[in-house]
Amino acid sequence: MAILEVRNIEKSFGSLPVLKDINFSMEKGESIAIIGSSGSGKTTLLRCLNFLEKPDQGSIIVNHELIFDAGDPQTQMESEMRKKRLHFGLIFQNFNLFPQYTVLKNVTLAAELLSSERLDYKQNKKNILSEIQERGKMLLDQVGLMDKIDNYPHQISGGQQQRVAIARALALEPDILCFDEPTSALDPELTGEVLKVIKSLAEEDTTMIIVTHEMDFARDVADRVLFMDEGMIVEQGSPEEVFAGPREERTRQFLARYQKAQL
Amino acid sequence: MNQISVIVSRLSESFLLNARLFAATLIFALPLGLIIAFGSMSRFRPLRKLVRILVWIVRGTPLMLQLMIIFYGPGLLKMSFSWPGGASGRFMAATVAFVINYACYFSEIFRGGIESIPQGQQEAGLVLGMTRSQIFFKVTLLQVVKRILPPTGNEVITLVKDTSLARIIANKEIIMMAGEYSSKGLIWPLFATGIYFLVFVGILTLLFDWFEQKLNYFPA
Repeated sequence: MAILEVRNIEKSFGSLPVLKDINFSMEKGESIAIIGSSGSGKTTLLRCLNFLEKPDQGSIIVNHELIFDAGDPQTQMESEMRKKRLHFGLIFQNFNLFPQYTVLKNVTLAAELLSSERLDYKQNKKNILSEIQERGKMLLDQVGLMDKIDNYPHQISGGQQQRVAIARALALEPDILCFDEPTSALDPELTGEVLKVIKSLAEEDTTMIIVTHEMDFARDVADRVLFMDEGMIVEQGSPEEVFAGPREERTRQFLARYQKAQL
Repeated sequence: MNQISVIVSRLSESFLLNARLFAATLIFALPLGLIIAFGSMSRFRPLRKLVRILVWIVRGTPLMLQLMIIFYGPGLLKMSFSWPGGASGRFMAATVAFVINYACYFSEIFRGGIESIPQGQQEAGLVLGMTRSQIFFKVTLLQVVKRILPPTGNEVITLVKDTSLARIIANKEIIMMAGEYSSKGLIWPLFATGIYFLVFVGILTLLFDWFEQKLNYFPA
């Protein structure tokens, strides 16, 4: 049973096509790594899923519910969009934590704001808020930052900031967690701690899409690898298939270039 | 000696008008400036253009001229509206002119501040299911306030001194009052007015410094 189906997504910036006829689906608990060179459309695809960009064509189905159809304006209403975004969580390359809030508040803020829309908010305010607090602490504990909850983002390292961002996304319990090059902005010695957290999430069968340049990590963590080039999914398969025996010439070239850069 | 204390008390009394005009301008111009800033950033092009033209006109002409137009304009154009007679009408006209003028300056400070916040902050709010107004008030606003504090402080200090322009439509503010003495040959009251402004601005400077300190706990 597919948790996500992406059908015929197309996107252009002006006259520049960025995504061409993107189709894929994923199962609950699956983790997909998207690899490809810069400008291949990986990030734009993630941004389309989170409705930070509006696809020109195509549809997105989550849990058998059509949440976006480029041909149907009914599915694109701003008020609805906001709720639909919550199917997805997004972790940004440069964290985008809120600098004026503590680590814990960064994690709980969105949940607090959402809870105020609950019908029982007025009567149960205290309980609801303390539950959110507890959950925030639990998530920060899970990413190994229990001792940093009262710090501000600028007081912790980049790797720690990204782990806060992961906890922040998890706080809203998204169906699908998206990572946009989560370690690209980090010093090499800090990537490990972030990758470790992502890997532990994968082991708990979190449904994830990871856009990454870390090939070893993709091979290690992903159930399936998508290779994108020039806005298309050129090849997909298990990590063994894609890394050890790529069928497409473009994939081979990309992996060869990557290996050369590693030496 | 007796004359000095009479003059000081009359100067103080007239400085109250400067202070009232200052306060009224801030109370109305800050929120109006925010509304104008949103207008000048609107995605609806005609509104954006209209607002930017308004800002250009208001910033491009002397405040002294605006005071006269707003005070005398309705009468000259034989409009059905007219300012109430006496001091209250002159003060109201001055307040309106100051509010419009300062709101336009503030709007540009606000716009610069809002546009300087990285796009990623808004995107982070969006993917966390926040509404646009929640993003503005809970995420962006404090960061904007922190960034615009120094230029706003500048503008507020300028406002203190600009209030004396209200005398052009016969508001009896402190320099006008001192002028009455200097025209009779007594010059020191005019210099003394400077002390009032200095003290007032000194207090504001301390206030802004304190506020900046308060927001120093996170980087801009």
